[in-house]
Amino acid sequence: MATTVRIVSRPEGWKRQSYLWGTLQGLGVTFGHLLRNWPRNLLGRRARSDIATLAYPEEKRPYPPRNRGLHRLMKRADGQVRCVACMMCPTACPAHCISIVSEESEDPRIEKRPRIFQIDELRCVVCGLCVEACPCDAIRMDTGIHAPPSTRRADAILDKEELLSRGEISVAMQAGEGIFWREKR
Amino acid sequence: MSGAQLFSYGQPGFGIAAALIKIVVFVVIFAMGLASLLTWLERRQSAMMQDRLGPNRANLGRWRAWGLLHFVADALKMVFKEDFIPAKANRFLFTLAPILAIAPPFIVLAIIPFGAPLCWGQMRAAVPPGACVRPVDLQIARLDVGVLFYFAFASLSVYGTTLAGWASHNKWALMGGMRAASQMISYEVTMGMAVLAMFVSYGTLEPGAMVLQQGPAPWQWGIVRGVPHFIAFFLFLVAALAETKRTPFDIPEGESEIVGYFVEYSGLRFGMFYLGEFLEVISSSALMVTIFLGGWQIWGASVLPNWAHVLVSMLVWGGKVFLFCVLQLLVRWTLPRFRADQLMRLGWQRLLPLSIANVVLAACWQMWIR
Repeated sequence: MATTVRIVSRPEGWKRQSYLWGTLQGLGVTFGHLLRNWPRNLLGRRARSDIATLAYPEEKRPYPPRNRGLHRLMKRADGQVRCVACMMCPTACPAHCISIVSEESEDPRIEKRPRIFQIDELRCVVCGLCVEACPCDAIRMDTGIHAPPSTRRADAILDKEELLSRGEISVAMQAGEGIFWREKR
Repeated sequence: MSGAQLFSYGQPGFGIAAALIKIVVFVVIFAMGLASLLTWLERRQSAMMQDRLGPNRANLGRWRAWGLLHFVADALKMVFKEDFIPAKANRFLFTLAPILAIAPPFIVLAIIPFGAPLCWGQMRAAVPPGACVRPVDLQIARLDVGVLFYFAFASLSVYGTTLAGWASHNKWALMGGMRAASQMISYEVTMGMAVLAMFVSYGTLEPGAMVLQQGPAPWQWGIVRGVPHFIAFFLFLVAALAETKRTPFDIPEGESEIVGYFVEYSGLRFGMFYLGEFLEVISSSALMVTIFLGGWQIWGASVLPNWAHVLVSMLVWGGKVFLFCVLQLLVRWTLPRFRADQLMRLGWQRLLPLSIANVVLAACWQMWIR
């Protein structure tokens, strides 16, 4: 196939070729941004500016409500752990970071509860499948906290007490008590 | 001769003391201070132009001051970094090159008048222009060759860059040095021609006399004397941007893509190149303000007492130089880089013929129009 060469005429006069007008326009754009952003230096965040940067440790972008952070274990209305050691979450976990050892509960209405509930935050891939697998609303990832850095691997393994320390009372229905999710609150 | 006489007006002791004070005030405090400020301002201003925040965290306790102290942190970093000299480098020239890069912009500041003359013994009275009995010029060296002195020393900084490339024993540094040499020599011609047009108009090369020939009001400045004078200003501005080796004329160093002439330098020696670049910005701005923008003159300030007049004129001069530095930073962060062949074509085929024609135009203007 023969290549066809099409010559595009470029009617570029001295005005365009000297780049003078283009240069001035460009300077106008950058100077406009400089002027618009300058009050930020004097007034701080109150000033209207185009600056997208956040001064991170002081300013944080709020996380969306469904953000997945550090795990926590929820409590029943009487303060007991909601978890019934059903092993749904370690089964669902793709990283095998949850280990549960169950024991008999003292409460006659509850069959089992975890004796050991450990999550290895170094192995956790923050997928949230444990939360979706949980039938009891016992495990949540809604703390908004990043896994904290640690100098020893053992420190990154969260035990039951630590997970419960961030826990709150959940009113979701469990064993016939609480609010059924379909009911209006 | 007693000590008191030696330091009275007109005696050598007085001249030496006055020169030392002027050097301290102008070179050490003003030029070094502004150059340090520019190292921070360049990053901060570019950030503001690009909708970023820029460096703002060199705190001194709770005192943040928009990150102004970053230059202190930078200086400390450069002092404590390893001073590396390549094994096969020529140690003498390698050491000499940064000195040759930073010294010329300091030296050329000597001819710049940076304030109204101080009237020795009449400082509390308002002194009209020309009525001063014992003036002390706020200019370190009053040379009749003036601007030629500037060019003589400004062209010395080519040696700094070329030697840096050559002494490093690095092919890429050498090529960077060659690019720097070809660029700086090309644009010096245009720069000289631009000043020649102004010389035709002023009839003198002495910067102090040039300032006095321009009036204090903006419509009396050199830049608005006529068409060739404005063209000369524009040509000088472009050539000065090229002389400072900054974008759009930064092919000698090419920060991010092509290796530049100071690639083998580290620590304080690199710092000297870095600071030398900003000093070149300041000295070229100072010369532009002096030749084209009325220098230190301020309208109506001569009715003030002499000491206040001197102070105000120094502030006005410093403000003009600062604005010019900001303009140069603005250009540097707006325009993309030229290719080497585009740079040479612009220099030799566009700016040089234009500047020569401009000299002729300035001469005609001087003969027939005013």
